[in-house]
Amino acid sequence: MVRLIPADHDGAAHGHGTGHDHDDHPHAPGHGAGHDHDDHPPGHGAGHDHPHAPGHGAAGHDHDDHPHAPGHGAAGHDHDDHPHAPGQRAGDRTVILQQKVLAKNDELAQRNREWLAKRGVLAVNLMSSPGAGKTTLLERTARELAGKLSLSVIEGDQETALDGHRIRAAGAAVVQINTGVGCHLDAAMVAEGLRALDPPGGSVVVIENVGNLVCPALFDLGEQARVVIASVTEGADKPAKYPNMFRQADLVLVNKIDLLPYVEFDVRSHEADLRGISPGALVVQVSATTGQGTQAWYDWLRRRAPAPLD
Amino acid sequence: MHELAITEGVVEAVTGRLPGARISCVRLEIGALSGVVADSVRFCFDLVTEGTSLQGARLEITEPAGRCKCRTCGVEFEPDGPILLCPCGSADVAVLSGQDLKITSVMVA
Repeated sequence: MVRLIPADHDGAAHGHGTGHDHDDHPHAPGHGAGHDHDDHPPGHGAGHDHPHAPGHGAAGHDHDDHPHAPGHGAAGHDHDDHPHAPGQRAGDRTVILQQKVLAKNDELAQRNREWLAKRGVLAVNLMSSPGAGKTTLLERTARELAGKLSLSVIEGDQETALDGHRIRAAGAAVVQINTGVGCHLDAAMVAEGLRALDPPGGSVVVIENVGNLVCPALFDLGEQARVVIASVTEGADKPAKYPNMFRQADLVLVNKIDLLPYVEFDVRSHEADLRGISPGALVVQVSATTGQGTQAWYDWLRRRAPAPLD
Repeated sequence: MHELAITEGVVEAVTGRLPGARISCVRLEIGALSGVVADSVRFCFDLVTEGTSLQGARLEITEPAGRCKCRTCGVEFEPDGPILLCPCGSADVAVLSGQDLKITSVMVA
């Protein structure tokens, strides 16, 4: 199950009341018919269980073409009318589909991308293994860029709103998405997150993906840039072990660089491996804890941030 | 285990294209560079299809090899594993094929 938890307690990020125009929201498929948005404004309080998974509409819900969110299993459906275990027989006919499995996600990602471009919002997909320092970096970034850059965050975790609360405490608007059994964010979840976050033009949305160096690499969210954090405590072999993740990085942040004297981490072999996997990626050494090197990350973000539209 | 979400995507795509049809066989193409493990999809398939119109369907997977072209020396090659390194040593390569992840066809009962 996907739960959307607005960690933004005071609702500051979102004037989501009456008269709010939803027409320019990146709605997930199937989302809309009979769905009353005034029922659950973001800022509704912690632990709020969003009753609708992305793509999960209310009235007029048609299961035949309904793109189920990950983790949305068969349980709960009424399948009594299904003919079970058909088995294959001689009279069966072949239907050619030639359809990409991720076509639905890619289509939604493209919709997110167009929505972001129209609004003038930069979305960055931030990925790493668990514990590499994504949230710590974003906390520092929110504090140090306050007043200089409008930053909001979509937090993805399997469970808890802990990270969402940390980001909120650091001063940025945030929505927390819990993926349940899901090991990554997908484009439908991000559409729902963007809808709740309602980021202003000229701002930056960082999508903190579920900590995982494997699955998030496969799912386009509609972001304009991908940033991967590799921390020195993880060891230098991670790019070589998880090439799919590092291949598509625009920026690799080598975090916890302050711990370099205490761990075995060969900076040169790490960078050589990265060059061999992602020749175009920019590599920057940072410490989210001490602040070392973070200026280069801020500069990178601000260079890409769109100009405010007004 | 993104293969679980991938396999759910297969079921959604098939039931979306052929609503109500009883499916007896699903044929997938999982390229060697797609980032998806065919065995994991096989593992998930029975679980995910249970209670759907794909329940009991046979799963056939083809796994075409990857094909790359080196931007440095121009040679075409089949990468050895997921790290795309040209025999000349260059990592600046374009993927020509092997990234596809698609449902090629199904059989309807």
